[in-house]
Amino acid sequence: MSEAVKFHFDVDGSDFSSAGAASVMVKKKLRQLGYPPEVIRKVSIAMYEGEINMVIHANGGTADVEVYDNEIVIILSDKGPGIPNIELAMQEGYSTARDNIRNLGFGAGMGLPNMKKYTDSMEIDTRIGEGTTITMRVSL
Amino acid sequence: MKTDYKHSVSLVSDKCKGCTTCLKRCPTEAIRIRDGHAVINSIRCIDCGECIKVCPYKAKKATHDDLSVLGKYKYTIALPAPSLYGQFDNLDNIGYIIRGLRDIGFDDVFEVACAAEMVTAYTRHYINREDIPKPVISSACPTISRLISMNYPSLCENIMPILPPVDIAAFLAYQHAKEVHPELSDEEIGIIFISPCPAKVSYVRNSFAGDRNYISATVSVRDVYFALLDVMDKRGEEPLDMTDSGMIGIGWASTGGESSAILNERYLAADGIENCIRVLDQIDNSDITNLDFIELNACSGGCVGGAMTVANPYIAQARLQSLKRYLPVSPNRPAGAWIPDEFFNEKGVEYNPYARLSADRHTAMRMMSEIEEITGCLPGLDCGSCGAPTCMAFAEDIVKNETTADECTVIMRELFHEYIQEKKHESILERLKPIQKQNKETGGEST
Repeated sequence: MSEAVKFHFDVDGSDFSSAGAASVMVKKKLRQLGYPPEVIRKVSIAMYEGEINMVIHANGGTADVEVYDNEIVIILSDKGPGIPNIELAMQEGYSTARDNIRNLGFGAGMGLPNMKKYTDSMEIDTRIGEGTTITMRVSL
Repeated sequence: MKTDYKHSVSLVSDKCKGCTTCLKRCPTEAIRIRDGHAVINSIRCIDCGECIKVCPYKAKKATHDDLSVLGKYKYTIALPAPSLYGQFDNLDNIGYIIRGLRDIGFDDVFEVACAAEMVTAYTRHYINREDIPKPVISSACPTISRLISMNYPSLCENIMPILPPVDIAAFLAYQHAKEVHPELSDEEIGIIFISPCPAKVSYVRNSFAGDRNYISATVSVRDVYFALLDVMDKRGEEPLDMTDSGMIGIGWASTGGESSAILNERYLAADGIENCIRVLDQIDNSDITNLDFIELNACSGGCVGGAMTVANPYIAQARLQSLKRYLPVSPNRPAGAWIPDEFFNEKGVEYNPYARLSADRHTAMRMMSEIEEITGCLPGLDCGSCGAPTCMAFAEDIVKNETTADECTVIMRELFHEYIQEKKHESILERLKPIQKQNKETGGEST
């Protein structure tokens, strides 16, 4: 079992146009490591949605990706407002994004549901007023 | 992994100064500067022609056949890309070009624009199918298809399986030649594509469309343009030939022409390789929904922006607008919804994992860790002085044993400064100091 390869990214909260940059970078790394296309796609979609969420709701945060032999772990961490009702947030189409963000084509209420859908497990650790850490795992 | 790929972008090394212009602009990081010259990695190159367009010393060139190739065949048919028509100033009738092509030695002409109208009609039917992955991505730009095969494995099946216009034109030209000249053998028929870009030359050379490649040779729009200039002036006022193409076929030469013709507003059309990459990144994340069709052109402006054209792409587009004004909309539209089997690409686009560091994942992971570690030690300026486009690409090259860390000029300069600090008393710089100081004090007096 080889050691994990770890990547760290800062997700800039002020800029929508750069949201998704970490996901693109991880995609490149996983191609270099020779992971199968289906795995790369799952990781990149889950991570992209997570990045967008951090930009919309939490003024950015950090993304850490640990690549193991048979598993990829994505940890997204922010110091945003927290998620008051996870059950509601997990419903497809539910969104608290403001109108100006919806006008940009974001905030369709598919972020968290897609993150769950494309990963094998997802844990949400959220504290109101302190922030949220989401850990997602995709196994091979 | 394909390593026998035949490219159409090459380097004239005595013209190359080893500057970093192409290095920085290559969208797939395929270029390195080694021993003072640019080197193209053929596994990564997508033949987009960016390096040809940006080279300040004209050291990059597109390789293609020259017009002397006509001599090799008994019967030659020109397949002009519609972008050729936009090259000429003050031209009001495409007939002059058709006649000119015969004057420079072609026996017949089959316009690619005619086949483009057929592909438009087929696309309209194809995108209405229920059993296909959406959005459908146009198969017309070979650079985009190659890019997708390398970087977007999950989008490979979205590429439209119908052949691009040039292949259909070649097939029909071949059939027609056999019909009117049954006595000719296949070797005696030269079907010669007049291409705006090196990507299409590579497309033909590597038989992307499968084994049934009917194109015998590829010449450049530029060469044909200059040959035509000579003959077109010598003829009188009235064009003796007519164009067979319509507005839709000619529209394919510039961005939006192909997609607006499918009569479905759920399309996206983008051009310029960097823009195309951004669009592909977003589609890959399923972030663009409700689209049926995507047209991506690697060149700005579309095919009129190809590296083997003469005119400014936007001027060419403006000329095409006026040329197509009095043409019928789509005279080559086939009746009915049937798409002939031979117009489907038998090969399909497959994922090519070119980027893999190693076939063994443990080795790849170890190499990746090393790359991360080395990248952390590098200055992060992405200056290109080491010969790699970015510090990260340099770290990859070090780990792959393709270069050594001492190529980093920033690190070397720091080492050099440390060295002269140590050797201060012996340094010539130290001996120069009092002289410099004296000059400063005396100001401009000495001059």
